[in-house]
Amino acid sequence: MDLDALYQEVILDHYRSPRHAGAVADAEVAAEEVNPSCGDHIRLAVEVKDDRIAGVRHESHGCAISTAAASMMSEFAVGRTPDEFRRTADAFVAMMRGEREWDSQGMEDVEALSGVRDFPMRIKCATMCWHAMKKALEKADR
Amino acid sequence: MDACCPVCPSAARRSSFDPRAVRRDFPVLQQTVRGRPLTYLDNAATTQKPSEVIQAVCQYYGTCNANVHRAFHFLAEEATRRYEEVRKSAAAWIGAGSPREIVFTRGTTEGVNLVAHAWARKFLKPGDAILLTEMEHHSNLIPWQLAAKAAGASLRFVPVLPDGTLDLDAFAAHLAAGGVRLAAVTQMSNVLGTVNPVRDLAAAAHKAGALVLVDGAQSVAHMPVSVRDLGCDFLAFSGHKMCGPTGIGVLYARADLLETMDPFLGGGEMIDRVGLEESTWAEIPHKFEAGTPNVSSAIGLGAAFDYLNRLGRDTLAAYERDLTRHAVAALRALPGVRVYGDAPERGGAVSFAVDGVHPHDLAQFLDGDGIAIRAGHLCCQPLMRRLGVPAVNRASLAFYNLEEEVARLADAVVRARAYFGHGP
Repeated sequence: MDLDALYQEVILDHYRSPRHAGAVADAEVAAEEVNPSCGDHIRLAVEVKDDRIAGVRHESHGCAISTAAASMMSEFAVGRTPDEFRRTADAFVAMMRGEREWDSQGMEDVEALSGVRDFPMRIKCATMCWHAMKKALEKADR
Repeated sequence: MDACCPVCPSAARRSSFDPRAVRRDFPVLQQTVRGRPLTYLDNAATTQKPSEVIQAVCQYYGTCNANVHRAFHFLAEEATRRYEEVRKSAAAWIGAGSPREIVFTRGTTEGVNLVAHAWARKFLKPGDAILLTEMEHHSNLIPWQLAAKAAGASLRFVPVLPDGTLDLDAFAAHLAAGGVRLAAVTQMSNVLGTVNPVRDLAAAAHKAGALVLVDGAQSVAHMPVSVRDLGCDFLAFSGHKMCGPTGIGVLYARADLLETMDPFLGGGEMIDRVGLEESTWAEIPHKFEAGTPNVSSAIGLGAAFDYLNRLGRDTLAAYERDLTRHAVAALRALPGVRVYGDAPERGGAVSFAVDGVHPHDLAQFLDGDGIAIRAGHLCCQPLMRRLGVPAVNRASLAFYNLEEEVARLADAVVRARAYFGHGP
């Protein structure tokens, strides 16, 4: 087992300095997810303007994988339409579960998460934030 | 000879016990993981099994497998005899007055559930209270939540103090407030290692008219425990945490209580006369052992009792105490490491946090070095909230662990901290 295949440098970089991270007040929470097996916890605030994701802020309490994934997911989301995001999120989750071939979907840093597939216990760490964002967008749509 | 040394009994004790020799009894420990020697530090979850235990299980299946307490043939008699011998060994192991007070279960969880069903649901009334602590494992919490709901009773909780001990004043205050019918307390925390003063708690609870259940999942495996000395009414423990097989455990209950309790599960073996509408129950403890029991694991547990008795429980406990003290000091000495709990009397479960490294990342990193620890909420979510964290790292020791394994752990923790760059 190669630890560096799981914790690629780009993942550790996002973990150490997560993008779009910040405290999310109770009133702004658009979605919240918890991983019951480890207690990891993410809160999201999202702003949608003219059918575009204009801003994302995530408050992550979790491992390197879940924090880095939330950072990468947020970077990807900003500027996309909610539909684009949902399509990519579904593809990403299916790839992580091994249900479809890996292709980076035009996401640069996210490529680094492909190594997580070899660690079944950690897949939820990488997918939790994508589920949370989809929930947040549903709420923003309403 | 060292053992005769009158000045330094602990040095004599250490020199008379050779953990390296004992390790050879455990096949699992002989392997390498990812090219490194396996460092198994997850003993609070389950211990490894010595060859004697593994062979006892094989030998049972190879020589006398039969259903117990039913047939009159040779194999059934031999299987029944051996199964009942283990019941006697279990009674002796925890100082019970009679094997009639020993009910075989699948483990501690089933033991607690048995009492929650067969005693609590029958005898608790609306307004009654069950007194628990904030450090209980989910298996000594959820059964009481369910029973309290069913009976209309309430739960009360003794807080955990910053040093990882129980707030004994709060315990007394809850009893003084009245209505407590049962106190259910762990003897040794699986997170903090804290050994609770169960004997004092039991005396106080009895004075207030409450019964006492002891969760012995951790304690019975790692220190001499006597139910007579503790004065408890119920005590549950698991075989697999003390070198026995999985799927076997013991519930001790006072005989007079077992007599008044309703059956837990119904089926074969637990009956006396069965009619279409009504039945009567077998004598205790068989009344609580419906269905074919886990005979092979019970026999394996018997081998574990023999094995541990031969090594000497006091010897093992003393060695583990020294090793635990060493491990706590070694971890505390590392920069950015915080050890939870500082109880004066403690067992070998050592939970800690590493600054900037999430427990799951640490456990993954250590696994790369062949070091097995546990990371997570450890089935103690309320205690995690009291500690203010979602998860912890836990290294938990057994008598076959070595100081050099603690050193390996400490070294890997330092490297993990550098690897993850002290976090976000």
